[in-house]
Amino acid sequence: MAEPKGFNVKKQHGFTTIAVLCFLLLYTPIILLVLYSFNAGTSIAIWEGFSWRWYISTWGNEQVKEAALLSLWLAIVSSAVATSVAVLAALATTRRAPYKGQTVVFAIINQPLMVPEIVTAVALLIFFALIKNYTGYTGGAYLFIAHSAFCVPFAYMPIRARLQGMDLTLEQAASDLYGTPLRVFRKVTLPLLWPGILAGAMLAFVISLDDVVITEFVKAAGQDTLPTYMLGQLRRVVTPEVNAISTVLLAISVTMVIVYFILNQRKN
Amino acid sequence: MANATHRPSFTERHSQWVLLAPALTLLCVAAFGPLFIVAIYSFLTPGDYGGVVWKFSTEAWFNVFAERDIFDETIGFADAHLAIFWRSLRLALITTVVAFLFGFPTAYFIATRPAHQRNLWMLLIMVPFWTNLLIRTFAIMELIRNEGVVNTLLMGLGIINEPIQMLYTDFAIMVGMLYVYLPLMVLPIYASLERFDFSLVEAGYDLYANRLKVLRKVILPVTRPGIVAGSILVLIPALGAYVTPRVLGGGKRMMLGNLIELQFGQGRNWPLGAALAMLLLLIVMATMVFYVRAAGREGGGHG
Amino acid sequence: MIEIDSVSKVFGSGATAFTALNDVSVTIRENEFFTLLGPSGCGKTTLLRTIAGFNAPSSGSVRLDGEDLVALPPYKRPVNTVFQNYALFPHMTVAENIGFGLDMLNRPKSEIKATVAEMLELVQMTPMADRRTSEISGGQQQRVALARALAPRPKVLLLDEPLSALDYKLRKGMQVELKRLQNETGITFVFVTHDQEEALSMSDRIAVMSNSRILQVGSPHDIYDHPAERFVAEFIGETNFLTGKIAGQEGETLRVALDVGGEIIARQPPGDPAGQAVTVAVRPEHAHFCAPDSAEATVTGEVSNVVYLGTDTHFHLVLSDGTPFALRLQNTPERAADAKLGDRVGIRVAPGVAQVLRD
Repeated sequence: MAEPKGFNVKKQHGFTTIAVLCFLLLYTPIILLVLYSFNAGTSIAIWEGFSWRWYISTWGNEQVKEAALLSLWLAIVSSAVATSVAVLAALATTRRAPYKGQTVVFAIINQPLMVPEIVTAVALLIFFALIKNYTGYTGGAYLFIAHSAFCVPFAYMPIRARLQGMDLTLEQAASDLYGTPLRVFRKVTLPLLWPGILAGAMLAFVISLDDVVITEFVKAAGQDTLPTYMLGQLRRVVTPEVNAISTVLLAISVTMVIVYFILNQRKN
Repeated sequence: MANATHRPSFTERHSQWVLLAPALTLLCVAAFGPLFIVAIYSFLTPGDYGGVVWKFSTEAWFNVFAERDIFDETIGFADAHLAIFWRSLRLALITTVVAFLFGFPTAYFIATRPAHQRNLWMLLIMVPFWTNLLIRTFAIMELIRNEGVVNTLLMGLGIINEPIQMLYTDFAIMVGMLYVYLPLMVLPIYASLERFDFSLVEAGYDLYANRLKVLRKVILPVTRPGIVAGSILVLIPALGAYVTPRVLGGGKRMMLGNLIELQFGQGRNWPLGAALAMLLLLIVMATMVFYVRAAGREGGGHG
Repeated sequence: MIEIDSVSKVFGSGATAFTALNDVSVTIRENEFFTLLGPSGCGKTTLLRTIAGFNAPSSGSVRLDGEDLVALPPYKRPVNTVFQNYALFPHMTVAENIGFGLDMLNRPKSEIKATVAEMLELVQMTPMADRRTSEISGGQQQRVALARALAPRPKVLLLDEPLSALDYKLRKGMQVELKRLQNETGITFVFVTHDQEEALSMSDRIAVMSNSRILQVGSPHDIYDHPAERFVAEFIGETNFLTGKIAGQEGETLRVALDVGGEIIARQPPGDPAGQAVTVAVRPEHAHFCAPDSAEATVTGEVSNVVYLGTDTHFHLVLSDGTPFALRLQNTPERAADAKLGDRVGIRVAPGVAQVLRD
């Protein structure tokens, strides 16, 4: 559009250029990674034509299949657990006046966000080693407990935001219209909370699916999720097989985030 | 009128602690509580094959900063550790500064788009953030390897004859951390800028400030809480980074996170690992306190 | 029917304690349109919420047909509320919203359906039954909120400034509508507002509240013509205040020697005036022009400003001691007397029209 040249109050020299550079920087590596997962050759720099080769070879890799299955199970179970406890916690923390000890409660809930992951990972390694010593149990449950725990704040955030944005008079109105507390919760609070719950569950799912550090420290020998499997592959020659796995994981995450975005948009 | 009063709801009749119990139990068992065990372990004696012997010792904390010569028992600084601390601090700070230099203009760019576009631009910032950190680090690794796109391209163009060794350098780690943590800088700055009242800028121009002065004297000070928050959000994970230095530093270029891991792996010195983890936690907590202070000081001015 | 007896409500405690209701007693009668009128922060909404059950009173009792309400939670009180922001459930249709209360009362489906249809008819929203509440206009939302609160046939309907979110024209329409609904349903309405015009035009009785207390309860006519206190006189309409001393009593009226000179015969306030020195309230439309310093002139002043307002003309006068005085005349074609800026005029107030205030 050819507009008359006025004084643009918001303009700052070079900012747009840097922003464009920033977006390029964010997306170029990912796009190249995805692109080369379809490369016919083994190179990650020279394009030798399109092929599904690496996806097919990945699909045939038993180790990858096992890791994928564990990743999926972990993500499903831990997001379900984390979301359930987060809903209850969000109800308890948004529905009353500030009180003593509130800061401590928030600190505990948000611990996985505030403490560097490596510290939590080490703490869990030590703690679970202690339990292993006493009980002799060395199975996969540790991983599920750890994932459920660090997913809680991610599930909690959108649910709490949704609750805080909710008009309290709606619950009062329902109560005024003869709704007992439980029925008010079921008929009014829960349906209105639903988008927040869904968003929280999806974030938790993605976070669990992507976790490397804690998983690496907590997993039993021989146990692998997709990210820890990929990290292990680093020691060997990297083939575009890793790109193929990455692309699949990326596709899942991006889909989830976009759905989350749309859910949040509808709220407004 | 006093509206914030009686809120009859499901939760009020059932004690909030009942509702909090599952979350708090889970987190205390598998996130918060074990931190205390780490603190205890940092005062124990290492076992021969990993693990600990339940005997009190301050040796681990001593070893964080100093070392005894094996032969003559003289005490000197633990140079290797100090080098790693220094690298962690330096790389984390540089990453934060560079992230600000990129992040602020980007946030500003998004905040000055038409309202209906802004969320979409923010989505573009957030999508990489919610994708796997390991994968993004891989992407950077493939880009800057000797056989990677950058070197291939530069050689193809005849600018260089030999590939530039970028991977397994501090530079690689810095680029990697910048890449993975940049969205954390953009997000809070954008939140500040979006609420920013641009009539303040108009007032600045009206009072003879030029663009640079308006930026320095009006926009930056008013959006300071966002900048501080963004810097903290980048600095903390950068200090504790583990995956990025492992993948891009190639095991030689260790940061604090890798040093901690080493003590639980080949090092077999759990108390030292625990002490190092506690040190990292203390640094992070000190940074947070600084942030709360800084944010609190600013808090009054902005409703 | 509703007996509110010495109800007090204190929020918080210690230094931050705030008294929202201070020993409030009032009785609301069956089938009346009762309005709680006052500025924001006066406690009127707190009183309404106390009746609804969202506030427990710190002391005192609230009884409905003799039954104590204080111990009952909101969902056990036969009282429904129209909320200020309507509080329509966004995840339900118009019809589902209206049927919500009956559903909660476990009424049979057929009865709910019939009542909802009847309510939709009553508020003229039948074509909108299956719309989402976000798809209808503000005025329509208002009617749905009304229908929803009326559907369970409550003994009392509480309305918390329900018209404040509507624009002027819609508000006027809804005032008429509300009055009609009250007549048709025969339900007692307790209406909260800060808009004096709204209160005067709709209510059977008004309680004027200020500072956590009820100052005066009476019909709109009572409240307007015979305000008991300075606050009531000031809050509702425009008033001139003249100070003076009681010079004698004549039946229902008092003779007051005004400080500015002259005498006025004014009505006695409910309860005794506090002392010899009193304030007399005179409405601008109750005063008339006459020849200055004549026998019929109550006081004399000078015209300092004339404001033409279409239906009326507003004269700003200054009395001989500097007290401002406003006088309003209707602009009828046959109006003879007119005063110009700077004229010296006499002001006549008929005996028994002005009101001596209690404080």
